[in-house]
Amino acid sequence: MTGTLSNLGRSALGWLLPAALLAGWEVASRAGLIPGNVLPAPSAVGEAFWKLLWSGELVENIRISTLRALSGFVIGGAIGFSLGLANGLSALSRELTDTTLQMIRNIPHLALIPLVILWFGIDEQAKLFLVALGVFFPIYVNTLLGIQGVDPQLVEMGRIYGMSRTELFLRVILPGALPSIFVGLRYALGIMWLTLIVAETISASSGLGYMAMQAREFLLIDVVVLSILIYALLGKLADSLARFLERISLQWHPAYQTV
Amino acid sequence: MTAATITARQSFAAPSARAYATRPAGTLAFSFRNVAKQFGGKAVLQGINLDVHEGQFIAVIGKSGCGKSTLLRLLAGLDKPTSGELVHGSGSHDDKRTRIMFQEPRLLPWARVSRNVEIGLTGIEKGEAARKKGLDILAEVGLADRGGEWPSVLSGGQRQRVALARALIGHPSILALDEPLGALDALTRIEMQQLLERIWIAKKFTAVLVTHDVAEAVALADRVVVIDGGRIALDLEIPVERPRRHASPELAFFERQILDKLYNR
Ligand SMILES: Nc1ncnc2c1ncn2[C@@H]1O[C@H](COP(=O)(O)OP(=O)(O)OP(=O)(O)O)[C@@H](O)[C@H]1O
Ligand SMILES: [Mg+2]
Repeated sequence: MTGTLSNLGRSALGWLLPAALLAGWEVASRAGLIPGNVLPAPSAVGEAFWKLLWSGELVENIRISTLRALSGFVIGGAIGFSLGLANGLSALSRELTDTTLQMIRNIPHLALIPLVILWFGIDEQAKLFLVALGVFFPIYVNTLLGIQGVDPQLVEMGRIYGMSRTELFLRVILPGALPSIFVGLRYALGIMWLTLIVAETISASSGLGYMAMQAREFLLIDVVVLSILIYALLGKLADSLARFLERISLQWHPAYQTV
Repeated sequence: MTAATITARQSFAAPSARAYATRPAGTLAFSFRNVAKQFGGKAVLQGINLDVHEGQFIAVIGKSGCGKSTLLRLLAGLDKPTSGELVHGSGSHDDKRTRIMFQEPRLLPWARVSRNVEIGLTGIEKGEAARKKGLDILAEVGLADRGGEWPSVLSGGQRQRVALARALIGHPSILALDEPLGALDALTRIEMQQLLERIWIAKKFTAVLVTHDVAEAVALADRVVVIDGGRIALDLEIPVERPRRHASPELAFFERQILDKLYNR
């Protein structure tokens, strides 16, 4: 009981500093110490939030951005995962493709933006392509590493006990590779948002990045700050979700055992 | 007075242990016939002839790198002999009937203890029946209430017990043990030796134990085989009644014979 209380107290402690900063910021803004055209007061950002929420603009932009992020993630993640599996399980497949993939990996995917705009214009495909490309590599590399890192003694044990190839994969290889796959997943989620922000800021006619760029043109600094905050929140949300999944599926791992 | 006539007075294993003399030297469990094994032209084993009867407990001793593990891998069907043949007796032609246990427990860290044990029934039994058998065999190795735990919370000796349960659950006719106790501390080792002997007596399988520990070999085995230079250098019966007493004089007598052979004294 006291343990729970002190736990609560401790997590409340963590929020003390941000709350104080926020209050200080508000006061400083109202006193005119921070000019409104440099950084708007928190209350102004809150106001912008309500206004955009009521007009439905905000929800629509978040929906579009999330959809883009997830579709790109699913496409790039699926390809990366499949190739990672194939190259982890088959030496032939690895010899055929790995060198090429490692070469492409050395090109920063955002450097392709001019080329992508020439190819796809500012259509949806451009953003999907960039996000998928960005997500692909961390998933691919970590799936491959995970499978290559599975203890060969465990694989031999599975064979000795007569596991079929499918059983061996599902019961030994995949669970063994999972911790590494999760590392790739969380890394990929970060890259997903980053890529989308950049892509939407440079070329889009909807979405959060576009909203921020529009606001900049009309000098609506409160909306710009709001967009940045929402990006941060969405990124944090995605990461928490990944951590939650990780905790659920890696219960066996000593690092995740809570007793 | 020969060592064979000396009777151990104090119990080393469970009192229910049967005497060596009552064990019938009946049917053949397996037989190596002029078996040789090479790895890339390098001969590891050569001219191995070895007949082992069902229910016998045989220990294999030899210096590091002499081919003991290779011998076990041949026996378990994990490798094929370069020449010669390995014949299994009537009860054990099925591959599932030979189980091998390694120095490491090789448990799946992501499966609960009971699920790990049930791996021993792959292709034999599933579902509720498997679960029931798993619990029974865990109780036999003294881990009745640990089935729901992750392997990572068990001690080294307990993990080896789980590996033993997994190997035994499918009722193997031959159990090959490759230094299964090598990584354990001295006290846990003796405890595990007693457990192994008790279970061997109860289940009547053929046991082939590879070990570095000569005392362990003479304490457990009916017969000790020493491998040197890829050949069988010594094949020695240990006709000491069970239960045996650890480090007793009659065991020491055999122990010395084996050590002399190992160091060519
Ligand atoms: N797959 C393999 N490929 C090539 N050489 C091998 C292979 N397996 C074993 N060897 C060689 O065969 C010899 C015997 O190996 P083995 O593992 O059977 O020895 P061991 O008697 O079990 O040794 P230890 O007591 O140290 O476990 C060694 O020289 C080893 O290098
Ligand atoms: Mg060995």
